[in-house]
Amino acid sequence: MAVLVLDRRGGARAGRGIAAILALCWLWVAWSFHWQRYASINLAAGYFAWAFVVQALLLLWLGVVRGRLAPGPASRLQQRAGLGLLLFALLLFPLMGLLLGRSWTQAEVFGMAPDPTALATLAVLLLAGARPAWWLYPIPVAWCAISGATLWAMDMPDFAVVPLAALLTVGLALGGAWMRARSGDQDEMPRRTT
Amino acid sequence: MNPPPNTTRRRLLGAIAAAPLLGPAMSQAQQAHPATRGIPSSGEALPRVGLGSWITFNVGNDRAARDASAEVMRAFFQAGGRLIDSSPMYGSSQDVIGYGLKKISRPADLFAADKVWISGGAEGRAQMEASRRLWGIPRFDLMQVHNLLSWQAHLPTLFAMKAAGQLRYVGITTSHGRRHGEMAQIMASRPIDFVQLTLQPRRSRSGAAPAAARARTRHRRHRQPAVPAGRAARPAGAPSAAAVGGRNRLHQLGAVRPQVHHFASGRHLRDSRHHARRPRAGEPRCGKRAAARPGAARAHGRLRGAALMSEWWSYGLRDLLLFSPRTYYRLFELYNLE
Repeated sequence: MAVLVLDRRGGARAGRGIAAILALCWLWVAWSFHWQRYASINLAAGYFAWAFVVQALLLLWLGVVRGRLAPGPASRLQQRAGLGLLLFALLLFPLMGLLLGRSWTQAEVFGMAPDPTALATLAVLLLAGARPAWWLYPIPVAWCAISGATLWAMDMPDFAVVPLAALLTVGLALGGAWMRARSGDQDEMPRRTT
Repeated sequence: MNPPPNTTRRRLLGAIAAAPLLGPAMSQAQQAHPATRGIPSSGEALPRVGLGSWITFNVGNDRAARDASAEVMRAFFQAGGRLIDSSPMYGSSQDVIGYGLKKISRPADLFAADKVWISGGAEGRAQMEASRRLWGIPRFDLMQVHNLLSWQAHLPTLFAMKAAGQLRYVGITTSHGRRHGEMAQIMASRPIDFVQLTLQPRRSRSGAAPAAARARTRHRRHRQPAVPAGRAARPAGAPSAAAVGGRNRLHQLGAVRPQVHHFASGRHLRDSRHHARRPRAGEPRCGKRAAARPGAARAHGRLRGAALMSEWWSYGLRDLLLFSPRTYYRLFELYNLE
C-alpha cells in the first residue's frame, strides 16, 4: 500500500521510496521464497534467487541512486494501465486462488510471492512514464514467462494471467516510447518559412 | 487388455485416508506372493511391480506429505514390493525416500534403484555418494545412467563400482524415443543389467510417440520400469555399430518384455499385483509409476545444477516439471502460515 500511496504522491523522493520498497521485496522473495522454500522442490530455484537479487540491485541503482522510478508524465493509457496493474497485483492477485478453488491460506501476496511482486514492479515501471528504465524490465518479464510456463505445465487454468500482463506492460511501454520518440522527431523538424 | 485407469491425486488421498479399512486386504496381500521376474544376469527374482518417485515424492519440507509418503512406502513393502526408483533429477524425492525408510524401518529386501545424472564423469561418484546418503542406505542395488547423460564416462565408473561390490547392477535409461538406437548399441557392447525406457517417448521418430504423447496424462509419462536386459540372450553375430533403431532392436538384444508398474495407493498395489500374476501375450502394457504423497528433501545443489543445464534442449516444459500443483501451492500455504 505504501507503493500505491507514494505513487499517488509523485515526485523524485516518492520514486526513490518506491524503488527502495521494491528492492527490499525482491531481496526478500529471493531469500525467503526461492532460496528457503522453492529450492527444496525446484532445482532451478537457486538461479531464480540470484536473478531476484540482481533485480533488487538494479532497483537500488536505477531507482534509488539514479531516481529513474519517479512517477512521471506517462500517457493516459499508460497511467491507467499501470495503476490498474498495480491494484491487481496488490489487491486482486491474492484472491485469484480463491476463485479457482484454492484455500485462502495459499494466497500469493506482494512482497512475499514472486508473481505479484513482479507484476507490481512492472506496473511501477509503466507509471514511471517518460524515461523508461529498460534495464528493469527483463527480469520481471522473464519471471512472468517462467511462472506462466510452470503453471501451464501443471495445467493450471490461470497460467496465462501473469505472462499476458507482462506482455501488455511491455507493449504499452514500447508503444509509449515510440510515441514520444515520434513526437520528439516532429518537434525537431525544421519549420518552413515563407 | 486396456491399461488400468490413471490414478488421480484425489483417489490417492482417499486411498490413504481409507488405509485403516484396508487392513484385512493388506493382510491378504502380505500372505500373497507377488509375481516376480528373474533378472537375466543373476537370476534374482524381482517383483514385477516397483515404486517410482518422480514428482510425487518431491514435496520439499512438508512434514505431513513426508509422513504420507512413508505410509505409501509401508503399504508398498507390505504388499510385497521391493524396488524403489529415484534420481537426483527428482528434486527432493531421494531425501523423502530416506525419510520414509528411516520412519518405517528399512526392509531387508529393499531393492534400491537410483540414477547418476550429471554431465561430468568425475562428479558422478560424488553425486552417487550424495544420493546414497540421502537414502540412508549402505549401497544401491541398481545404479543407472539417467537419460544416457554422459554414459561414456559413467558406465566405466559403474562397472568398477559393481566389481568392487559397491552396487549390484548397472543400467541405463532414456525417455527419448530417438535414443533407442543408441541404447541398443550400448546393450550390444556392454554388460548392461537393466534398461529403462518409456513406451511413450518424446520426440520419437517412429510415429508412435505423437499419438502416445497426446494421450499422455498430466505430469506423468507412461514409463516402463527398469527392465532386466538379457546379456546372455544377446544373439550370436549381434549387430555392432549399426543400430536399426527402436524397441525392436532392444528386444533382439534380449530386453525382456516390459512389465506393468502401476501403483499409487494400497488399492492400486493390490490390483497391479493381481494383474501381474497373470501372464499376458501381445504388446506390453503401459504402466504409470506413480508414487505416494511427497514430503520434503534436500537437494544435491551444485552437482544437480550442472546436470540441469546439460542437454536442456532435449526436454519439454512438462519434462522439466518436478512437482505437483498440490505441492506447489502447499508451499505457499506453509509460507503464509509460518
